Amino acid sequence: MVDVDPEPTEQPAPQPLLRMRGIVKEFPGARALDGVDLEVRPGEVHCLLGQNGAGKSTLIKILAGAHQPTAGEVLLDEAPVTIPDPVAALRLGIATIYQELDVVDGLTVAENIYLGHELARGGVTRRSDAARRTREVMQRLGHPEISPHREVGRLPAAGKQIVQLARALSREARVVVMDEPSAVLDSEEVGNLHRIVRELTAEGVAVVYISHRLEEIRQLGDRITVLKDGRTVATGLPVADTPTKELIRLMTGRSVEYAFPDRPGVPEDAAPVLDVEGLGLGAVFEDVSLTVRAGEIVGLAGLVGSGRSEILETIYGARRATSGSVRVGGKRLRAGVDVAVAAGMGLCPEERKSQGLLLDEPVYRNITLSTFARLGRGGLLDEGAERAAAREQVEALDLRPASVDRDARTLSGGNQQKALLARWLVHGCRVLLLDEPTRGVDVGARAEIYGLIRRLADAGTAVLVVSSEIPEVLGLADRVLVISDGRAVHEGPADEIDEHAVLDLVMEGSVA
Amino acid sequence: MSTRSALSGPALRMGGLVLALVLLCVVGIATTDGRFASIGNITTILSLAATIGVVSIGMTFVITGGGIDLSVGSVLGLATVWASTLSTQYMAEDYGWWVIVLTALVVGLCAGLVNGALVAYGRVPAFIATLAMLAAARGLAEIIAGRRTQIVDVDPFLDVFRGDLLGLPMIVWIFVVVAAAGWFLLNRTTFGRRTIAVGGNPEAARLAGIKIKRHTLYLYGLTGLTAGIGAVMMLARTTAGSSTHGTLYELDAIAAVVVGGTLLAGGRGTITGTVLGVLIFATLTNVFVLNNLDSSVQAIAKGAIIVAAVLLQQWFASRERATST
Repeated sequence: MVDVDPEPTEQPAPQPLLRMRGIVKEFPGARALDGVDLEVRPGEVHCLLGQNGAGKSTLIKILAGAHQPTAGEVLLDEAPVTIPDPVAALRLGIATIYQELDVVDGLTVAENIYLGHELARGGVTRRSDAARRTREVMQRLGHPEISPHREVGRLPAAGKQIVQLARALSREARVVVMDEPSAVLDSEEVGNLHRIVRELTAEGVAVVYISHRLEEIRQLGDRITVLKDGRTVATGLPVADTPTKELIRLMTGRSVEYAFPDRPGVPEDAAPVLDVEGLGLGAVFEDVSLTVRAGEIVGLAGLVGSGRSEILETIYGARRATSGSVRVGGKRLRAGVDVAVAAGMGLCPEERKSQGLLLDEPVYRNITLSTFARLGRGGLLDEGAERAAAREQVEALDLRPASVDRDARTLSGGNQQKALLARWLVHGCRVLLLDEPTRGVDVGARAEIYGLIRRLADAGTAVLVVSSEIPEVLGLADRVLVISDGRAVHEGPADEIDEHAVLDLVMEGSVA
Repeated sequence: MSTRSALSGPALRMGGLVLALVLLCVVGIATTDGRFASIGNITTILSLAATIGVVSIGMTFVITGGGIDLSVGSVLGLATVWASTLSTQYMAEDYGWWVIVLTALVVGLCAGLVNGALVAYGRVPAFIATLAMLAAARGLAEIIAGRRTQIVDVDPFLDVFRGDLLGLPMIVWIFVVVAAAGWFLLNRTTFGRRTIAVGGNPEAARLAGIKIKRHTLYLYGLTGLTAGIGAVMMLARTTAGSSTHGTLYELDAIAAVVVGGTLLAGGRGTITGTVLGVLIFATLTNVFVLNNLDSSVQAIAKGAIIVAAVLLQQWFASRERATST
């Protein structure tokens, strides 16, 4: 007789605990998930792998009840469920531990664990019960030294994570989702975390584990699902017999073609404009040295949390370096953004809306935000000159709609980015720092922005670009620095390295 | 010219305030058989509005810049006391009335700079820093004055500031000049642009190279200075310095600023709106007084106006957002 089981295996596969089928999530103007399938068995560590923007965060937010899927279904024990809000997710036994450690610092350990489902009788909390049960959970997690009455704000990051885990256990979670839990821990704490995860799975709890560290996935994981561009490209790969090369192949290879401008090459005798030496910022990054010459575009490639943005902001003086020096044109800069701007540096920040723009002010005032004092005279504004300077840039950059009087809020992402570039064009820059210049910018406008950045370099500006999209860094830059865990692990010409090699470096920390 | 249509945004908001003021005047005329619409009464309203008006102009700046100053009332009180001590008055007799003025302005400015330094460089939340100054300035004023009222009898000072100019009291002229200067400063100078930028998005302002800490210091200094100017006007009006002068002015000023259309969150400020807000509250008080109504009823009306104004603003804001995106 022929077995009609769709998954004919040696041993019958256990019934999946959690199954997601054809999950689609649309945001206004973007499709974050476009058909994701995920199947998690009880007692396994299921690793979710994918590049930045692949849709991992959106997926776990749907599981946590923070987002509602546009289409597709979630099944628990093969029965369809809806998860309208985070409380419902917990009630179903799905607990999510976010990277940003969402605990209430001012409350005690016990109060945090029972937050939202306080042990109470008639509105009065039963403190001793909560404390006793907290002690039991902490014992189980191998941290009997954390007192239930300790204020959570005074625990280290690892301790806060334990509290989150305890919260999940106290709700009798059957599925625990962990978003890069090891990113905030040191190696000893990572060991303890792995031990706890193994204990959980031994009890039949399923763990969905997101990590960029292949080594960790190899140690801990059972099966892997790979996401790319909002789709599942492989699911249920056994960790033991899937080679790293295969995983990286699955994660890379973009479906979108970018049009990058030609690289004219930087003349040998071009003068170094930006000179960074041994720069460090506490525990975030250390010993970063780089040089950008006039007319050169240097790219920093690395994953979210690798310290890329912090490097840029420290060079700019927006964060106070703990070691090292920054020189522009050979002159060492004191700390402080105003000093950097005066020396001819400009930054287009990662978060355009929260760090870059005055959303309720007209476009021209956004463009002249760093030059309005210079355009005026004796402390008086010259709005005519401001409008003229802004209009000139709006035309040159083809910013649309071509009005300088509209509020910045009304512009699309690409045009907001152009307005920020225009700010530094009016100012005149020797060094331009760009953090994620095409985030939230549609494909057509991307090509324009790439062209614009290249024209700026051709005019003699030294450009330093950070992007989490590796193809973008490789396509745009002349030279690339690969950043992993706050260290530069590779430096070289952009056309001598490919996406696979960069990912390898980022994930393994060394050349494969 | 702005691309905003005439039916939305600032024009409509100002129109609403003018309408409210006109309505109040109509009520005043209708209920007081002639006593409201007299030159004398109008002068009374303007004199009533002048002192709080000057303080509110300063408050407009600090709120537009993303802060708040709860200490303006007690700083005003402290400045009246300091500028009317016996030794200050002796010096004023010897050197001239400007000694009193200078003392009041310097006291206000210094208190404001202390606030600013605490907020900008000490990173104390503005609410807390100025709340502390509210308590401390009032206490210092009580110590200096020994809880007594200090009568001002420097005649040249009283002659200048209690006099009239072109038919209007001197303190009304001071309000007019401060309001005009405030409008110019906010709308036509780099200082004003920085204020809007720092209040609207401090991080963007900082990353554009604006020295936001220094600017914050200046903003509180400016507000303190207007409290000092207010103290001079208070001395002129009451001919006395007292540690109880200016009590609750901070709340009246904040109310006028917010009713006028300045965003409490910062980033948008309007001097014209503040002036209208001050005039609305002064006229309201006047109409109630002329009708012999209880001041408690007046307080309720004031509360209602504040809530109505903010609700209307939110309605405008949501409409604007809906039409602009």
